[in-house]
Amino acid sequence: MIRVESLTKYYHAFCAVDHITLDVRQGEILGLLGPNGAGKTTTLRMLTGFLKPTSGSIRVKEYTIDEQALEIKNILGYLPESAPLYHDMLVYDYLRFVADIRGVGAARTRARIGELGDLCSINEVMHQPIGELSKGYKQRVGLAHAMLNDPEVLVLDEPTSGLDPNQIVEIREIIRRIGREKTIIFSTHILSEAEATCDRVAIIHRGKIVADSSTARLKETLGGRSRILITLAQADAAAAQRELATVAGVTGLAVLEQTDGHLRLQLDCALAADPRPELYRRIKQTSWELLDFHQDTQTLEAVFRELTKES
Amino acid sequence: MRQALRICRKEFQAYFLSPIAYIVIAIFLLVTGWFFFSTFFLLNQASLRNFFGLLPTVFAFVVPAVTMRLFAEELSIGSYETLLTLPVTDQDVIAGKFLASGAFIAAMLVPTLAYPVTVSLLGSLDWGPVASGYLGALLLGAAYSAIGLLTSAFTRNQIVAFIVGMAICIGLTLVDQMLFFVPRALLGTLTYLAVDVHFQNIAKGILDTRDLVYFLSLCFIGLYGTSLVLKAKH
Repeated sequence: MIRVESLTKYYHAFCAVDHITLDVRQGEILGLLGPNGAGKTTTLRMLTGFLKPTSGSIRVKEYTIDEQALEIKNILGYLPESAPLYHDMLVYDYLRFVADIRGVGAARTRARIGELGDLCSINEVMHQPIGELSKGYKQRVGLAHAMLNDPEVLVLDEPTSGLDPNQIVEIREIIRRIGREKTIIFSTHILSEAEATCDRVAIIHRGKIVADSSTARLKETLGGRSRILITLAQADAAAAQRELATVAGVTGLAVLEQTDGHLRLQLDCALAADPRPELYRRIKQTSWELLDFHQDTQTLEAVFRELTKES
Repeated sequence: MRQALRICRKEFQAYFLSPIAYIVIAIFLLVTGWFFFSTFFLLNQASLRNFFGLLPTVFAFVVPAVTMRLFAEELSIGSYETLLTLPVTDQDVIAGKFLASGAFIAAMLVPTLAYPVTVSLLGSLDWGPVASGYLGALLLGAAYSAIGLLTSAFTRNQIVAFIVGMAICIGLTLVDQMLFFVPRALLGTLTYLAVDVHFQNIAKGILDTRDLVYFLSLCFIGLYGTSLVLKAKH
């Protein structure tokens, strides 16, 4: 669906995007993840035809951005970061203007604005100036703007930044709902978001792609191990060490906290092995009281920190 | 071109959403009305010479105020990005905004039609120069709009866009009155550059291609410059 090949962008001498290659299949939700200033927005801006790449090629379906920018713009909906829209215009007028530019017929426009009003829940602000809306509403109007002509590809630049937790959940819900049929690329620096919403994640750091795979695989291959956290009462550290560190598959044991009677342990395990049944059996044989016992797979967060460490 | 007209319609409507349109129109009518009628009865002539004589100077202040927001506002709130990722080209956007500004200036001139009507009731008015004067006013407005558009594309600050645009327009308007400073060799060129000379020819009813070419080339320079500035932003 989308093919980006060794895309590069220089701002004078500064290299913002450095030979990025990406492939997005139809119907996929791709999360572009990276710390601030990693080159996410620049990449998306080139993809949408707003910035001209210094070198490299972009193809969307059979169109190339150099020669058929208008065709690409026609099938691509874009929500720029923080949804910059005309402050003076009413939401309804703005959406009608976009429909007009996008060549949505007059009859279809009315119906489509109605649909989007429901989908993005912006019906109650339809006749307010955009400048007076709260950030969440503005973002949702931006989303409606991007989806107006029912584009095949949707590009969203930090669609949830600056929203409150409820709004974030709502926007994610909308993204997931439309992601069933559309190809979506969205950027974020919030990891849990990529984890929750995307099929695939590409991590960008200093203009380069440092990881690109499905969210599950990413955690697996880069995490490489999992952790088990155990909280015990009526146990002492030395005995626990003796008893639990020797279980097959446990590669390390650390005492996180030891207060009167309570002992919190962290066990590092190889991902392939699952020592949980054996651990439980051993604990059962003692007189300790088991308060908490859970596995904590390496989160994307740790992977992300690992990959984007300043070195 | 259809996209340009759609943008033009949106921009034209946008003028009337903000108070600027009403303020600009009110000031324009007040100033031209005052200067025209304060000497009209003293001169005792049934003509609009006085009104058109002043127009380049008044336009030099008013037109940059009309055009200042066209790009500067988009650049400052970032809506420029949303606009240009819709299926439009730079040229569509420039043409649309230019046409909108021209349409707004035309709308601003409509109430001044009351002047020739009043004058024709008081004496025998020659309608020929009036018609060509209004044509000249539109050309003048278009040329200044192109300059204002260019200065607006340069900056995200509307005030800067306004002041620079105004400075250029006033310079072009008054250049023929500052010629006592310049060496003789430059005299011909600088006189040709003066807006006032060309405009007054048209306002007298003389439609010379040189004057038309002058205004059209000002438009071209302004709009082409704008497209270069926008291109540099990509």
